[in-house]
Amino acid sequence: MKPLHQFYLVVKRDTFLVACALFLLLVASLAIVGIHYTGYSYNEISDASLLEPSHAHWFGTDVNGRDLLTRTLFGARISLLVAAVGTLVSLTIGVTYGMISGYVGGRVDNIMMRVVEIIYSLPTLVLVIVMVTSLEDHVAGLLKNVGLPGNYSRMVLLFLFLGLTQWLTMARIIRGQVLVLKQQPFVQASLALGQSHARILWQHLLPNLSGIIIVYLTLTIPSIMLDESFLSFLGVGVQAPLASWGTLVSDAVFSINPIKLYWWMLIFPGGLMTLTLLALNFLGDGLRDALDPRVRK
Amino acid sequence: MNAIIIRRLIQAIPVLFIVVSLTFLLVRSAPGSPFSTEKKIPPEIIAELEKQYDLNGTILHQYRQYMGKVAHGDLGPSIRYLNRSVNEIIMQTLPVSMVLGSLAYVLALFFGITLGGLAAIRHNQLGDRFIMLLALLGISVPSFVLAPIMVMLFAIKLHLLPVAGWGSPDQIILPAICLSIPFTAAIARLTRGSLLEVLKLDFIRTARAKGLSENTVLFRHALKVAILPIIGYSGPAAAGILTGSIVIETLFGIPGIGPFFVNSALNRDPFMTSGVVLVFSSFLILFNLLADILYFVVDRRVKME
Repeated sequence: MKPLHQFYLVVKRDTFLVACALFLLLVASLAIVGIHYTGYSYNEISDASLLEPSHAHWFGTDVNGRDLLTRTLFGARISLLVAAVGTLVSLTIGVTYGMISGYVGGRVDNIMMRVVEIIYSLPTLVLVIVMVTSLEDHVAGLLKNVGLPGNYSRMVLLFLFLGLTQWLTMARIIRGQVLVLKQQPFVQASLALGQSHARILWQHLLPNLSGIIIVYLTLTIPSIMLDESFLSFLGVGVQAPLASWGTLVSDAVFSINPIKLYWWMLIFPGGLMTLTLLALNFLGDGLRDALDPRVRK
Repeated sequence: MNAIIIRRLIQAIPVLFIVVSLTFLLVRSAPGSPFSTEKKIPPEIIAELEKQYDLNGTILHQYRQYMGKVAHGDLGPSIRYLNRSVNEIIMQTLPVSMVLGSLAYVLALFFGITLGGLAAIRHNQLGDRFIMLLALLGISVPSFVLAPIMVMLFAIKLHLLPVAGWGSPDQIILPAICLSIPFTAAIARLTRGSLLEVLKLDFIRTARAKGLSENTVLFRHALKVAILPIIGYSGPAAAGILTGSIVIETLFGIPGIGPFFVNSALNRDPFMTSGVVLVFSSFLILFNLLADILYFVVDRRVKME
């Protein structure tokens, strides 16, 4: 069964999951298309600073008089982009690593799983902070060489290194599944027919893994999104003029004072981010219950 | 088993060596000098400062000098915080982070297991649904969104707790709760799932058939087995609390190790950054080893490798 079809079948059965998927689609389309119809630019400074939500500015404005609705949607765009690319990186590494480890087995499998265990016991997000802060100028130079703006460098580093921290669970689960699958008669039959190992992995094992890959894909997206916003909040993520949900919330937090609460600056970007994460987690949980053979009874 | 523990400890040495080397070399490979500031400092002065801090010559030379010091337990001077050594800063800030982190850990374990247990007993009833919804919310709300909301509510509006700071007991409550919530939620989900599995097993039916009270069955028999996945999760949880506390310490103005680490990474202070990475990694490796030992002690079926 095609993975997307499988996904569709599971979601269709459950109206709540349909609602979650539709909500995510809505957020994504607003971030990609809707942002052009707010009447403001995400980086347009004006005198109307720190305005409460009103007709002119649905989500209010920030310290520099920028429209918060536009900025929240722009933040969504960056956060979703980092999460999507990071997940793709983690998926590629996790699936390849897990398949090789499980398929080859024996000593190689032992060593590969020991490596996973060692990385598990390291403070990976702390290492990502080191990577981003020390490599950003190198990457900015590379980007300028190919004609791209240098302030995208941190985003590129986040794509890569957030993906590099999140492949471990995927690799473990894929390996476990491959260990089971490779004992199946159809694999033995393919071997007897003289098919190459690469072909068996790609044509026979991968389609059988698609369900589980979709489940952990859905669960990886929110964790990378959370990590990205965490780093952006600390000032180690995307840089101005780019903004993500993490930097928006950090702008809000550092303007908190007991005299005046600029609640809209926190509630709108933070709220939309929480709802998105919630929808993704609901979807991931629902899919896991339906598709993961280890959960299925 | 002792031999295995010793072997694991010895295995940790090359891992730590690689992590610290990588950090130091990466930070030093970045262009610019950690001494350059907003104000223009004459290059001669920067060169002199670099010489004083053993940051002159080739990177490899600097690296050898640094590793020589680390081998003797000296993590070098701090560049951003004048006249203080990395050892001093870690000695002062690490205990603060440890207090906050352990309190959050204990809270997460207590409330996570309690709520997960309650949900499992009321499987598929309203209480179960409600707790699981809360738990999913708990793992979805980022701590830096939750914490300012809690501050606005409990500190600024209701004046129940202080907004920020460190030193008096009431100042630890909000940060510890905010830090613990995602892990409380994760542990609650794990406990529920694992208890539901265990409650189906034969030995539980036997215990009930013997006429034991439901509480005895639950706490003396079922929980003992159901606790295993939570022990398995304790390593990742410790890593999560460690990184989570960086944000919480920044938010609440707590003088822990987190804000120092982020500042020194942003300022490319090679000594402070590598030193903190070394401390964090050693702590987590040790913690994971302890968790594995505990797992082995609780479940004798597992072979310790």
